[in-house]
Amino acid sequence: MLKDEDRIFKNLYNDLGWDIDSAINRGDWIHTKDLISKGKEWIIKEIKDSELRGRGGAGFPTGLKLSFAPKNVSTRPHYLVINADESEPGTCKDRDILRFEAQKLIEGCLITSYAIGAHTCYIYIRGEYVREGQRLQEAITQAYNKKFIGKNACDSGWDLDIHIHYGAGAYICGEETALLESLEGKKGLPRLKPPFPALVGLYGCPTIVNNVETIAVVPTILKRGAKWFASLGKPKNTGTKIFCISGDVNSPCNVEEEMGIPLKDLIEKHGGGVIGGWNNLQAVIPGGSSMPLLPKSICETITMDFDSLIKAKSGLGTAGVVVINKDHDIIKCIARIAKFYKHESCGQCTPCREGCGWMWRMLERMADGEGTHKEIDLLYDVTKQIEGHTICAFGEGSAWPVQGLIRHFRKEIEKRSHEEPLVKKKSNIPYLIDQHILEKDNA
Amino acid sequence: MSIKKLSKIQPQSFEFSKDNLQKAEEEIKKYPKDRKASAVMALLYLAQNQNDNWIPLAGIKYVANLLGIPYIQVYEVTTFYSMFNLSPVGKYFVQVCTTTPCMLRGAKKIVDVCKKHISKNQNELSENKTCSWVEVECLGACANAPMMQINQDYFEDLDENKTEEIVQSLLKGKLPAPGSARNRKSTAPEKERKTLLQGKNA
Ligand SMILES: Cc1cc2nc3c(=O)[nH]c(=O)nc-3n(C[C@H](O)[C@H](O)[C@H](O)COP(=O)(O)O)c2cc1C
Ligand code: SF4
Ligand code: FES
Repeated sequence: MLKDEDRIFKNLYNDLGWDIDSAINRGDWIHTKDLISKGKEWIIKEIKDSELRGRGGAGFPTGLKLSFAPKNVSTRPHYLVINADESEPGTCKDRDILRFEAQKLIEGCLITSYAIGAHTCYIYIRGEYVREGQRLQEAITQAYNKKFIGKNACDSGWDLDIHIHYGAGAYICGEETALLESLEGKKGLPRLKPPFPALVGLYGCPTIVNNVETIAVVPTILKRGAKWFASLGKPKNTGTKIFCISGDVNSPCNVEEEMGIPLKDLIEKHGGGVIGGWNNLQAVIPGGSSMPLLPKSICETITMDFDSLIKAKSGLGTAGVVVINKDHDIIKCIARIAKFYKHESCGQCTPCREGCGWMWRMLERMADGEGTHKEIDLLYDVTKQIEGHTICAFGEGSAWPVQGLIRHFRKEIEKRSHEEPLVKKKSNIPYLIDQHILEKDNA
Repeated sequence: MSIKKLSKIQPQSFEFSKDNLQKAEEEIKKYPKDRKASAVMALLYLAQNQNDNWIPLAGIKYVANLLGIPYIQVYEVTTFYSMFNLSPVGKYFVQVCTTTPCMLRGAKKIVDVCKKHISKNQNELSENKTCSWVEVECLGACANAPMMQINQDYFEDLDENKTEEIVQSLLKGKLPAPGSARNRKSTAPEKERKTLLQGKNA
């Protein structure tokens, strides 16, 4: 288990006070000016050496991303945008940083903005987090009052303004280009990439988008050294991570742990164990709703880091761990996730817009025992038609959980489904997805 | 995408109160001078707050004029984002999260309490016209599931009884204290906490 002294977020549960003076007591805003005076190249190199990977879901190397910003600022200003949209089901970690460790985020914003040449930083926070946004605004004001940000921030010679922008209840705005559209005052429709935001982002200007947790760990990495951070976890999967443990555990919680911690330890030591005991475990979604579930057999040994989970055909995602025990219907659980994606698709790409509805309806019928064996392959086929054929990664996010279910719980679906395809009976069910086969014209 | 119903009854005109106009100007100042459109969501929130938690068409026109952008652009923004209400909701607007992590911990029971005590269907005013409820997707508080949002506050770690107490109180016109229904400390584990022990009793 990670030692308390190696935890970055010492106030994760607000034991010690969220206000700026308490934060300074914990070490925030100390030596900030010295860090900045070491220069952009040094900052970016330290982050590269620490092997920090983005905490927003995709796990992209942060140092590399920062280095994509043009070296010199031309006529177009640079922007830093913080992604505080946190809407991935199973994820509630950024909320704690916004409420209790906001100064870490703000200090990180200053250092990162300096490193990429930005004088303006927007924090895009989900609209429902009204109280968290108010708290963050207070924290920002406190930082302004201490002259830590604003003109000549921390006496470093760098000017930085930080503004909060509220979303309004659209999961897709967490996708970075949709987020930028939303910031520009439009519907949150993802953009085609390339060009990537680092060159053409907000208002067509170079923009770096990072998750709250990613930026909030930057000051500590620079203060304690890239070596320290890289010594935690595993190579290329370094440092600490806030895990959110929800679902069928005795003690749901958020906890900061070392990257690469065994999933079983996470659930047993921090989550108080599975409700009904470890043997009552059915499956775990390891990284927020977009990541394929893992059956109990894999949960026994899997470690929680990007690369191990990819090997197990899943992913660390946002590290939102959703535990599902045997008291629940696994098909229903995934059907509910499919409903989420159906509700949240922005509708730009046909495979995603239509496919999400198909997946949801088929899974609901399968859960109710109205599916047929043949339809399982059809459902898999639908996921394959979405995956890789859309503008943004929402497509994959909607398809993967269904693929995970079929991969590991095919028997369960088969058990509940008819042998005989409904189609052969020529029953006229208007919502039946393969209804068109019945129609002679299409035969 | 969410499906929106426009209110049939619409006020003839809308304009910001003096206070809100000032707030609107501050919001606009956050963005570059030629990028006023960026403030559209902030202004729509102000309009919604000023108008009993829903935005009339006149409000949409007013915001468009203020920002100098087409009416249709503001209209599409209001229909795209689920948090903008285009018809009246209850003074107490209850949003119950039913996504999988909340579902696993009994969100259905919370919905049943709302059905029983507020109104049979979602988006319908209670008999005394003060409350309405709706099912929503993950509100980003899954470690405190099941939970619901009432107006701006989160109510967490709910169960059937606690929810009933809260709803009864709303129907009587009183918003109870938000947070964990079990007085749990934020997202810390309730039992056998093993981390950050130094601060635990601070
Ligand atoms: C559909 C979708 C939703 C996303 N939601 C979020 C989110 O809520 N918060 C977040 O930080 N990243 C989210 N992301 C990832 C972002 O696009 C982006 O990769 C991330 O903000 C980059 O930050 P990082 O490199 O620090 O992880 C989402 C991606 C997709 C495709
Ligand atoms: S994949 Fe889905 S959410 Fe992403 S752009 Fe296409 S339709 Fe929109
Ligand atoms: S699923 Fe309900 S808050 Fe996340």
